Amino acid sequence: MSDPLVEIDDLKVHFPIKSGLLFDRTIGHVHAVDGVSLTIGRGETYGLVGESGCGKSTLGRGLLRLVEPTSGRITFDGTDVRALKGEQMRLFRRRIQMVFQDPMSSLDPRQSVESLLVEGLRAHGLHRDRAAVRDRLRSTLDSVGLPASALTRYPHEFSGGQRQRIGIARALVLGPELIVADEPVSALDVSIQAQVVNLLGDLQDSLGLTYLVIAHDLAVVRHISDTIGVMYLGALVEEADGDRLYERPLHPYTRALLSAVPIPDPYTEDRRERILLAGDLPSPADPPSGCRFRTRCPWSQSRCADQRPRLRAIDDSGQRVACHFAEQIRSGELAMHEVRTELVRPASDTAPDVGPGLIQTRTDLP
Amino acid sequence: MPLLDVRDLSVVFRRKGAEPFTAVDGVSFSVDPGQTVGLVGESGCGKSVTSLAIMGLLPRRGNTVAGEVLFEDTDLLRLRPQDLRDRRGRDIGMIFQDPLSSLNPVIPLGLQVAEVLERHQGRTRQAALREARQLLEAVGIPDPARRLKEFPHQLSGGMRQRALIAVALACKPRLLIADEPTTALDVTIQAQILALLKDLVDRSGTALVMITHDLGVVAGLCDTVNVLYAGKVVERAGRHDLFAQPRHPYTHGLLQSVPRLDADRGRRLHQIPGSVSDNIPWTEGCAFAPRCARVIDDCIGATVALEPTRRRDGALRCTNPVPQEVPA
Repeated sequence: MSDPLVEIDDLKVHFPIKSGLLFDRTIGHVHAVDGVSLTIGRGETYGLVGESGCGKSTLGRGLLRLVEPTSGRITFDGTDVRALKGEQMRLFRRRIQMVFQDPMSSLDPRQSVESLLVEGLRAHGLHRDRAAVRDRLRSTLDSVGLPASALTRYPHEFSGGQRQRIGIARALVLGPELIVADEPVSALDVSIQAQVVNLLGDLQDSLGLTYLVIAHDLAVVRHISDTIGVMYLGALVEEADGDRLYERPLHPYTRALLSAVPIPDPYTEDRRERILLAGDLPSPADPPSGCRFRTRCPWSQSRCADQRPRLRAIDDSGQRVACHFAEQIRSGELAMHEVRTELVRPASDTAPDVGPGLIQTRTDLP
Repeated sequence: MPLLDVRDLSVVFRRKGAEPFTAVDGVSFSVDPGQTVGLVGESGCGKSVTSLAIMGLLPRRGNTVAGEVLFEDTDLLRLRPQDLRDRRGRDIGMIFQDPLSSLNPVIPLGLQVAEVLERHQGRTRQAALREARQLLEAVGIPDPARRLKEFPHQLSGGMRQRALIAVALACKPRLLIADEPTTALDVTIQAQILALLKDLVDRSGTALVMITHDLGVVAGLCDTVNVLYAGKVVERAGRHDLFAQPRHPYTHGLLQSVPRLDADRGRRLHQIPGSVSDNIPWTEGCAFAPRCARVIDDCIGATVALEPTRRRDGALRCTNPVPQEVPA
């Protein structure tokens, strides 16, 4: 990666768990993001995959400081993002914009499209020249494939796919360099997903955008990303380019994840070898010692409980993996063993008050 | 003889001040014992309404349900409500999409499973709870004895869905209807649940109707697949035939538009233009015509019928289907 745009170094986002009626005692922390380091090259797409509760959305928000990181460094184009103060940070956000999962809940139903798009411009003092604003809105709408007549209409007048286009237009209108897209297509129907995925690709080609795409759908992420990071319980477990990740998954979790994604081809489905994971994701308030994945890993050894594996390069291919035994698992030296299902309590009774937006909801339901 | 034979099922929703809306429009399909049949389609294609109509779970007021739902020669649509209640849960089990909203939050899990056994098989509370424990164990819930006394919120999403499957299976139904059973779950949990369902079907010979929008799920599970669009079946085929050679342009487009894990990267995804709302009524031709890449003049104007094809179980509703490739 010759020209990094974003460098994240050992980022941690911990949410306090409060308890008590009179005194707000902090009784623990949810380790939503717990030491993630990654680099996004200029003009590239970095895909972050993982299941609900793995911290991928919190990482995206932490990058924009929509939630304040607990520790770590974020460098954006040479600027230390965490050192920026209030107003500086607000103005800085012009360069990083976000596209949200559910266009219905992220667009104000009482604002017309024009007002939605102008709001960002106004916040950054770019609204004064009326003629220039009009041109800008037109060209932005045009680039996302909406007619200029859309300006006077309201979000409910559009279909799901068109609403997501409005969400993308709102991010684009400020001319950002990085777009953080949090589950940009998972709320959309299959035939509409392809339209939005293609649009994101076209915009990257014409505007030279850099993307951080956060999604749970590995097939979508692999399709659009140059580099993929796989997250599990607040940490990256593997990072590689899309083809390599598919051909040579090294981390046991990546292998299980890849084998669990259904492929729309019966012949492939019948032949595939599946690694079924036992149980659920452990609570991020009380992560397992050592390797986070060891409680569900069919290859886990005693060393995994004592020592937390670091993300390390395995050869010079750029693939990085956080597993002590990646080589032995790959060569078959280490055999799989039975994993007993441990019951995991849903985090709801200990969940921190982080607002509904941070609790991952799946709306890819029809 | 098929176990379930749905013939010409139609559901019309009527609302004051609005045009009647036909959610399901003459859907027919049948399920043999031990067979897994898929209903696939996007939002609003009528797949969930079909399942609710089969079970008689649609509110009676304001809706018209027409056609026949023959379950071993009994028309479920014409049963008295109390007779239908005797069959629901005993002969036909159902699994819904969101386990948290289909389980009662204030009743312990054990009672929710036991309730079915008490109601349909006349077990005592004690015996029903004992059996409930075995059921929870059978669907892979760890430490089932303790789980019996717990409430749904104390379990994770995957465990809740397992509990719901235990409820559906309690009376060993001959037919199981699963409406998007894994959509609310993560992929690794989805794989667990699908493996569980597959195993149950294989072992008990239960017939399964699988309703989903996920073509990948269908590819791994269903024997026969019905593709629905705007309330009608547009294509039906065995899964191997359907995925190898989709004949309807909608099925074809849908398969082309999903990014595949095992496909080349960077290739532009095929896209189906427009959205589901850009339809014309079926009475004026093919509803898919405005979005179809293979549309010809004949598609608009006359009703298109579902014609059987030469493939096993095959049927197709299209005037200009994707040409069948001759196997080399």
